[in-house]
Parts: sequence; C-alpha cells; structure tokens
Amino acid sequence: MLGVKVRAGPALPAVLAGVPRLRWGWAAAGCAALLVSCGIGVLVGPVHIGAGTVVQALFGGAVDPGQANILWSLRFPRVVLGVLVGGTLAIAGAAYQGVFRNPLADPYLLGAAAGANLGATLAIAFAPGTSVLGVNIVPLAAFVGAGAAVAGAYVLGRSVSGLRSATGLILAGVAIAAFFNSIQSYVQQTQTSSIRQVYSWILGRLVTAGWDDVLLILPYVLLSATVIFLHRRLLDALTLGEDEITSLGIPVRRIRLIVVVAATLGTAAVVAVGGTIAFVGIIVPHTIRLLAGRSYRVVIPLSVLFGAAFLVLADTAARTIVAPAELPIGVITAFLGAPFFIAVMRSTRAAAL
Amino acid sequence: MHKHQPGASAKLAIRLGTVTFVFVFLVASCGGTSPSGTSTPTTRFPVSITEPGGAIVTITHQPMRVVSLSPSATEMLFAIGAGSQVIAVDDQSNYPSSAPMTKLSGFTPNIEAIAAYTPDLVVAAEDTAGLVHGMQALNVPILVEPAAKNLQDTYAQIKQLGTATGHSSQADSLVGSMRSQVGSLVASVSKPNRQLRVYHELDNTYYSVTSATFIGQVYKVLGLTNIADAATAATPDYPQLSPEFIVSSNPDLIVLADTKCCQQDINTVAARPGWRAIAAVKSGQVVGVDDDVASRWGPRIIEFMRAVASHVQQLEKQAA
Repeated sequence: MLGVKVRAGPALPAVLAGVPRLRWGWAAAGCAALLVSCGIGVLVGPVHIGAGTVVQALFGGAVDPGQANILWSLRFPRVVLGVLVGGTLAIAGAAYQGVFRNPLADPYLLGAAAGANLGATLAIAFAPGTSVLGVNIVPLAAFVGAGAAVAGAYVLGRSVSGLRSATGLILAGVAIAAFFNSIQSYVQQTQTSSIRQVYSWILGRLVTAGWDDVLLILPYVLLSATVIFLHRRLLDALTLGEDEITSLGIPVRRIRLIVVVAATLGTAAVVAVGGTIAFVGIIVPHTIRLLAGRSYRVVIPLSVLFGAAFLVLADTAARTIVAPAELPIGVITAFLGAPFFIAVMRSTRAAAL
Repeated sequence: MHKHQPGASAKLAIRLGTVTFVFVFLVASCGGTSPSGTSTPTTRFPVSITEPGGAIVTITHQPMRVVSLSPSATEMLFAIGAGSQVIAVDDQSNYPSSAPMTKLSGFTPNIEAIAAYTPDLVVAAEDTAGLVHGMQALNVPILVEPAAKNLQDTYAQIKQLGTATGHSSQADSLVGSMRSQVGSLVASVSKPNRQLRVYHELDNTYYSVTSATFIGQVYKVLGLTNIADAATAATPDYPQLSPEFIVSSNPDLIVLADTKCCQQDINTVAARPGWRAIAAVKSGQVVGVDDDVASRWGPRIIEFMRAVASHVQQLEKQAA
C-alpha cells in the first residue's frame, strides 16, 4: 500500500508556484541543532565521563572498559533512539496536521497513543517477561495496539462519513481513543501491582534494550519518514482545500490514506520503544511554521531535524536533572516545550498562525 | 466513642514509635469467664488502641468477624493465631493460603461491600475513598496500620493487632522471636572488610528503594550500602534510577523484587545492555526474592532477611 505512487496531476507544479522551498540556511541550522544536541547527549549523563574519553570511545580509541561499557551499551544507543523517536514524532505530527488541515492534530490524533497504552498495559499486566521471536512482548503489543486503534478509527470513520470529510475520521479517532483508554484504566485499576511499570511506560522513557531497540524500529522509521518526505509537495497542495485539488485530479483520499498509514507506522514503532511521549508532534512542526515558514517543503524536513534535536535534549534533561534518578521524558517535553512554544508565539505575534 | 481523625491516619509516613495501648475500662470485677470463641483472649475487652495516626479506636468485645484490607496485616493476624477470627481479606492478601481471600479491594475500598460481611473489626493499610469515615458511620471499629518505616513499626503493629484481637501474648512471643532472629542474622554477617553495595529492584524500569523505606532499613540493619541513597535528594523513598548510574555504581549484590511482576532473574539481568560488567552479575550475586515478601512489612520479612544475609555471607567468603 505504501508503495503506491501518487500520480500528481500536471497541474501540481502550477498550483505550487510561489510556495517557498527550504532555504539552505534553515537546513544548515537544523543539521547544526541536531549535531549540537547529540554532542550534549553523549557528553552529559549521570555518570561523569570526560569529553576526551567520549571522543576517543567514538573513534575507536582505547578507553577504560567500564566507561566504554557505559558509553557504548547505554548512552550512545539512547541518543540514537532519541533521534529516531523525536524525528519520527515530529514528522508524523506535521504529516497529520497537513493531511487533516488541523493545527491540533498530533501523531496520536487517531488513537495511536490509546491503542499503544492499552497494548502495553495488557502485556505488562498479563504476560510479563514474555517474548515473541526474541522481541519483548511489551513493544510488540504497543505496536499492535497503536495500529489496531488507527485502523479501527479509519474503518469507523469511513463507515460514517465515507471519508468525504476528515472530521468524521477525527471523531472516530476520538471515540476509539476514549474506548481504549477506558479499558486501559480498568485493567490498570484491577492490576495494581503493575501500576508503576504502566505509569513509567505511559509517560515515556528511552531506557530500553539499547541497540536492539534501535535496530528494531529503524526500518519502520525510515520507511515512514521517506513516504512522508516524498509527499511534502502534495501536503502543500492539500492546503488549498479538498474540493479545489480534487478538481485538479489529485486523489485526496488516497493521499490521505497513504500519509496516515506512513505516519501511523512510524508513530507505532517509536511509541513501542519510547512510550507515549507527548507534545513533540505538536510543538516542533508549529515552531518551525512560525519561524521558518508554513510550506510543507520546509516543515517536513525541518521537523525531522529539530524534532530529533529536541528529544535528545529532553532526554538528556530527563536523565540528569534528578540524577542519579530519572524523570519520565514526557514530563520534560511538555514542561520545557510549552513555555518555549508560548515564547515563540508571542515573539512572532502569531502572525503565521 | 470511636474518635478518629479522617485523613490523619492516611499519612503513611507517621512513625509508630509512640504507640501506646490504653486500657480505659479496667473493670474491677473482671474475674468472670472470658468470652466464648474459637480462642481464649489474652486481652481484656473493651480495649482502646491509639493508632499510628494518633486516633483512638475502641473495641468493645473480642472481634470475631475481622475484615483485613491489608496483605501485611493479614499475614500478621494469621501469625498471631487470630486467623480463625478473620472472615474476609482483600484481593491482594494471598498469604497464608488459608486466608479467606475475597474480591474486596484495599486500594479502592467499597464501603457497602465491606459492610456486607457485617465485620466487628476492619483493618486497613490506608484510609482511601472515605474508608474510615464510612466505617465510623456504620459503627464498625477500623484500625489503620500504615506501611511500616522500620522493623520497630512492624513489631508495634503486630502487638497492636494482638491487643485488638485478643492475642496479646501470642503477639508478644512472635515479636520476641522475630527480634532474636533479626539479632542472630545481623550477627551472622560479621563486619565485612569493605562496604558492600546493594541494588534493590522493584521492577524492570529500575524503580528502587532508599534507606528511608522499610526494605531500605532492613539493608541498613544488615550493614549494606544502598546505591539508591544517592538519589534521596530528588526522590526520598522510591527513585527510578538511571541505568548508567546503576552500572557505574557496580553493586556487589542485586536483589530482584520483580521476579513475579516482571519475571526477572540473573539471566534477564545479564542480558541488559552493559549490565554484564556489574560485580554482582559477574559473581552471580543476583538474588531473586518473592515480590510480595519484599513489599510487605509482615512476619515474613525474616525470610527475606535470611535470604539476603546468606548472600552477604557468600560475598564475605569470596572476599576472604
């Protein structure tokens, strides 16, 4: 399904004339932000390891085996995981906002978070420690739950509104999410012994199986990001309004389906290993819109870079602020993200909104 | 006659050190026969008990229909011979197996469901969902025995339950035997040459316990250094530790209190990224304990201490 090529009508280039492209300056700024945040991420942690040692370890130099162990087994994979999770949540959020033309859309709009939470809660409560084909059952159940919720919302939304409007789909997602949340709360209530693990999971945490998790989600994340990236111009076209571009011969419903599937796949994968980290999918694309421009040719690539940078920094804060204890990363993303976003809105006078 | 300050008893952090048993009615003519029942009370009723929360609970006669909503209290009640007076226990009270487990919840107590058992004494670990107020309205005496902070609290709660159920002498002898066992276990872990570091794991997201908790006090009594104490500033009792910190702290002993909840054992611990380098993993000093025993403050804490002490002895032998 993801392989379907969207045949954009010949009118597309004309429609998009005048839509700004990504400027090199912003692309460079995004790359720099990502590099700097990764640098901070590998240098800062609850265990003090000198910058020289970190650089030596990165380039294969001989360092103390204890420190090498901490860097290679724990800190480096965590930073890479932060890049994948943050980039995916931000690009998925931007994609959802474009497809639904709704500024409040986020990667969890169609029930992905509720589905993932329910899947993970069921696995934690009823099948602890189980693994399927060598993979821990919790991320697997979360992945399946997220996919099932969004698929359910899609089928439900289609049956009520025939997908003529996106509103039917969004409302179906809201209903599915409420339904899944109620089951999740019930299970959590009856299985009080697993409440701490469930809580830990819902607020998000990038402490998992190290490189195994990185490899586990990498294919989905790459596929998701690639598909969304290839549709960035069509997302710009969608901003013109469904009727207008349908009349130009652009298959709105199919584009919506492909982008939603791609965004959901990526979201489900990263939620499976990181938990339901809030706010990244909303704040990062909107900040980029306010500062760099509204075109999806700008928003999509910059969301990946700045989303990744933001989450790596948030995770660094999560593991250092109360070191040697940790904070859930979802606490950090909203606590730091919300004031920052308000500051950006104020400084730009919200003109771009 | 039943004075209770709702809310006050809900504070789990209240110390029990000043618990006193006040016998308000010392009836001069009490030479009569003791109340009939399954056991002969070693307490004279009525009896007034000052709860850890400061409230005074008066029990007019020996309770024969006790409802326990606290797994720790259930274990204590059965250990002091009051088991036959217990008619219902909550859904978490899975020990001893003879305890009459019901669907009652101590976490979200349902007053009506508890009242349906027509109890003459209710024991709970916390006052949630208006439990104390509800029981007072029904004129049912309720004792709140919150999470113990140390072994002294446990001893005091056992004695208090003994007084409340008419089993004072059994409670006293249980406490006496626990004290002497703790004494010999502490003596068995002779002063080590170096400070042994312990990491106690509550679940596989690395929640741990500091010395401010009951279980942390047990490690302290055994002379171990708890790595989680470094996190006390931010989270005084149950911090969620960073794996980097756990690995770099290099604990000599890892105690897994997540063998049931999360199926953890030495193999799953060794499979975690970077954990093979930890001394406890290398030397095999990764102890799995029953999650329930390690999260309650009842008489079985001795079993837990014995398991930990035997590993401390092994470590000392290895070092020698």
